[in-house]
Amino acid sequence: MNKHSLVSIEDYTKEEILEVLQSASEFEKNPNQRLLEGKVVASLFFEPSTRTRLSFETAINRLGGRIVGFSDSSSSSVTKGETLKDTIKMVDNYCDLIVMRHPIEGAARYASEVAKAPVLNAGDGANQHPSQTMLDLYSIYKTQGTLENLNIFMVGDLKYGRTVHSLLQAMSHFHPTFHFIAPKELQMPEGYKLHLKELNIPYYEHTELNGVINEADILYMTRVQRERFADPLEYEKVKNVYILRNAMLSGTKENMRILHPLPRVNEIDVDVDENPKAYYFEQARNGVFARQAIICKALGIK
Amino acid sequence: MAKKELQVSAIENGTVIDHIPADKLFDVINVLGIASMENAMAFGTNLKSSKLGKKAIVKIWDKFLEDEEVNKLALVAPSAKINIIRGYEVVEKKMVNVPEKVEGIVKCMNPKCITNHEYVRTKFDVVGTQPIVLKCHYCEKLTDEKHLEII
Repeated sequence: MNKHSLVSIEDYTKEEILEVLQSASEFEKNPNQRLLEGKVVASLFFEPSTRTRLSFETAINRLGGRIVGFSDSSSSSVTKGETLKDTIKMVDNYCDLIVMRHPIEGAARYASEVAKAPVLNAGDGANQHPSQTMLDLYSIYKTQGTLENLNIFMVGDLKYGRTVHSLLQAMSHFHPTFHFIAPKELQMPEGYKLHLKELNIPYYEHTELNGVINEADILYMTRVQRERFADPLEYEKVKNVYILRNAMLSGTKENMRILHPLPRVNEIDVDVDENPKAYYFEQARNGVFARQAIICKALGIK
Repeated sequence: MAKKELQVSAIENGTVIDHIPADKLFDVINVLGIASMENAMAFGTNLKSSKLGKKAIVKIWDKFLEDEEVNKLALVAPSAKINIIRGYEVVEKKMVNVPEKVEGIVKCMNPKCITNHEYVRTKFDVVGTQPIVLKCHYCEKLTDEKHLEII
């Protein structure tokens, strides 16, 4: 495995996380630096993802790098039946860094073992999406001034949501207290709760959003997706329980900020958008700086 | 030692794997990859056992299992006892220890894992021993004992 790849958030130590956040804040002050001059980055999106792809490609462009690649696999040899291994071997000959998203879980880890160039995982199925986690951490760090001893409230689909799982893993370094707010069908999986118990990290579970969020420093919202429910009736029952409205924020802490990996559907009412505690759009902007930092670390620049 | 009827005859040199749960015999054969070996072998199953009720036993002539091979048994038959036989005598008893890593033996239970889509040798970290829980090196999902399937 290439040691500069970032496949899973667990590839970074606590120190590396802090180092990348520091570097991200420097990129925020000065985003246009031609550090990737003469470098070619392969951007391989085997499944479409406008948001992540544009964020990565913006980061590369602001660093003066060139991009080759595809934005969905119908325009690659995958449609001809080429294996992932062969595609990666071929691309590896051309580029200095590979950014990839793939619908199959573990694809990025495998690619990182096949390629000589470092691989940055831009999402592998329901598994990992570490650059999202880094931008979430950067957003938390920026708004709270620290990552230590925070009350993190996670809301919505905690069973399948990879962003909450990776954030939980990463925040575990920093003595958090977690609150999980989810319908019974979508609760945090046992494996993650066991992980927290082993680390003596306190967590509390709730099934209702209303009235429990006053202690939150970070309110991390996710989408409850219809397709996760076997029974459509169950979805109808819970879909409106997890909608955040502006009126619910009156008793919350001054420093509290609302994060959401986006896209949002209806889980945050539009009347929240004007509240200074709404941070999800700035959060997306932070993605570019976090990715600039990740890219430079992968290539050993700076 | 009091004489008793042996349900399977003794061997001169080789390995005897005893106390295999009766329904795990074929898993043991698979996991050790002995089906393709040229050595003389004897398999017995549904034999009486005071510990297990019914047990299976494997005898392999002129083959002395290494620790690494013995540890593969942890996945399918952790209760197994391994006797190394030389000149009709048990010269060594080996215990099954759960290894830290498992490579190329077990199928990942996640249908969306790359190892189930492309020719990739499976790799797991053992994250639980009683019962066995494996964490896939690729998709990071857990495969538990109930879903453990030998390739």
